[in-house]
Amino acid sequence: MNATVLAAEANDLVKTFDGKTAVDGASLSVPAGAIYGFLGPNGAGKTTTLRMMLGIIDPDEGRRTLLGNPHPLKVAHDVGYLPEERGLYPAMTAREAIAFMGALRGLPLPTGRERATQLLEGHGLADWTHQPIRSLSKGMAQTVQLLGTIVHRPRLVVLDEPFSGLDAINQGKLEELIRRLASEGTTVIFSTHVIAHAERLCEKVAIIAHGRIAFEGGVDEARNRLRPIVHLRTREPDGPWRADLPAAAHRSGCEFRFELPDSGPERMLRSLIDHGAGIDTLSIERPGLHDAFVAIAGEAVAAQMKTGGAPGQ
Amino acid sequence: MRELLRAAWVIGRRDYIATVLSKTFLFFLIGPLFPVAIGVLFAGVGSNIADREVDRIVAVVASEEDMAALEAARERLAPLAPGGGFVMLERVAPAPDAAAQREALLGRTERPILGVLEGGLEAPRFTGTLDERSASVRQLVAFIDDARRAEAVGGLPDATGPALAVETRRRSASSVSFARQITARMGQLLLFFITILLAGMLLSQMLEEKSNKAIEVLASAVPVDSIFIGKLFAMLAISLTGIIVWIATILAALYIWGGGDFSLVPPPPAVGWPVFLLLGLVYFATSYLLLGAAFLGIGAQASTVRQVQTLSMPITMVQVVIFLGAQLGVGEPEGAKAIAAAIFPFTSPFAMIARAAEVEALWPHLLAVLWQALWVALILKFAASIFRKSVLKSGKPFRWPWRRRAAR
Repeated sequence: MNATVLAAEANDLVKTFDGKTAVDGASLSVPAGAIYGFLGPNGAGKTTTLRMMLGIIDPDEGRRTLLGNPHPLKVAHDVGYLPEERGLYPAMTAREAIAFMGALRGLPLPTGRERATQLLEGHGLADWTHQPIRSLSKGMAQTVQLLGTIVHRPRLVVLDEPFSGLDAINQGKLEELIRRLASEGTTVIFSTHVIAHAERLCEKVAIIAHGRIAFEGGVDEARNRLRPIVHLRTREPDGPWRADLPAAAHRSGCEFRFELPDSGPERMLRSLIDHGAGIDTLSIERPGLHDAFVAIAGEAVAAQMKTGGAPGQ
Repeated sequence: MRELLRAAWVIGRRDYIATVLSKTFLFFLIGPLFPVAIGVLFAGVGSNIADREVDRIVAVVASEEDMAALEAARERLAPLAPGGGFVMLERVAPAPDAAAQREALLGRTERPILGVLEGGLEAPRFTGTLDERSASVRQLVAFIDDARRAEAVGGLPDATGPALAVETRRRSASSVSFARQITARMGQLLLFFITILLAGMLLSQMLEEKSNKAIEVLASAVPVDSIFIGKLFAMLAISLTGIIVWIATILAALYIWGGGDFSLVPPPPAVGWPVFLLLGLVYFATSYLLLGAAFLGIGAQASTVRQVQTLSMPITMVQVVIFLGAQLGVGEPEGAKAIAAAIFPFTSPFAMIARAAEVEALWPHLLAVLWQALWVALILKFAASIFRKSVLKSGKPFRWPWRRRAAR
């Protein structure tokens, strides 16, 4: 069995809607206490996978456990969920909405109200405590729903596209909140189609494309799949030193781009200096998660991530 | 189970508070009271229907000749009252002790009578719970006059005779029995109107969560069964809040118009007024829950207001059919029709409230309430599972049996 304690696990989940396969054999394992990123373009099956793991819908095939329980709703009191499509009752006040969401997951209403007041204060929304949701801006309403997601102090928080709809400042605040939750021992799973968030926050990611998990592992593991990239600009366009650059090097005038050879940079550098290539600039960069994503999921899917489109759109 | 009910309570509480504390709820409360006419109109219509459907019988203690003359007169006048609106005559052979016979007839509860007509055509005398101005007594007068005229043609010199003497009693066992049948029908009618007015609201009950997307928050936190139970009972509580306000207003009105006491209240039904009112509330609750559970389930399938509006008419028609079915058994609470209506879950509350007006025994009500509760649970369970499958698209997709093969 697995040595690490898992907060969530899925095995070969399959889900078909009206004959179309939305998720095709997804398997995930989320270690307890981790920040876990779920990457993929819109329509790749992220939300459907999360909904199956949370027990909102049952998979056609496959098994899942949430906090060790095969019936996710049985552990609903220890789970918080922010759906992609945010939904609150517009007539409820911010405080009541947060307390209500807590009450749904077993938190007594008075405690929920107390915590709601504190949370709203802590997030600069004290003035809106007794205002109805409908009077809040979209970003504020989203923050209120997020606070409602964590008011009962869950052990596992699932956030579906939590960054979408937030401005840069609020995105930063959300990242902070996620880090703080993790530091308190809460497992955080979030889905996103923006790689940068995952890169900054996650210890472990899953990359999903076309309903299939293309990769699951540590962010470093994903990046280490690629060799570091060398960017070189010389003053001389050609010379005997060219023989010591990899044959696959991409050349554009006096600029070269290539993967660092297994032998390392020394031999290449010596050759460049000995033959007077004239090094103008030289950088060796570790590949980012985006490069890893492109390598793993393919150019086409990466392009969809940028446009936010679904496969086939 | 505890968690199921706890979650249902959280959801129901929100629905109840959201509705009752809204400004529109005030309109809901005063709606049926504001045009008092609505209540009066319904009561008027109701008693008309009820009067017409319960047989009005007068016992006639008379010789065969007098009876034949009266029946012949009734026949001749019949075209004036299409639809058989005349009081019915039942001949009873005169007994030696006329007074004892009269009292026995007035105390009869099987085929209850409005009163007794004695004295033949010569000295007619009516004893009963009606006075001279009532339609039934005036019809009797018309029968007697017509019978006398017919006999005059046959040779009697004097076609007129003494006027009908009327002795009005405030109450007789027979009149109570008669009133109970009316109460039975009125009870059914009221129950039906209130249910039809209030249960329809449940059709659109899931629309709010669907349109504001809160359904996702709910479905991820609690079982769908809890959502359904919470919503259903919240609407029941909202309706009962309204009904209690309305009943209190009606009682106050009866008290005030009755000059400081409840003299306007009709004779009590078999189980007495307090128990009858209580059973009325209980059967309202069960009929509301039964129909409401079905409506909630059907309405949850709809995703737009338009769909709900389209659904509401056929559903009202189904309710009318149910009501007509329940009416069959009135007057014969132990008959096969009444028993069948009491067993079929949707008509059961209507049949049982009618029974409460006519039969004293209370244990069948306990049995009926348990039986109805069982069906509420079954319908809710079924509605929730269909909702999970077809709306949340959970598990294997739902397909009608005849489409299963085509889909493969």
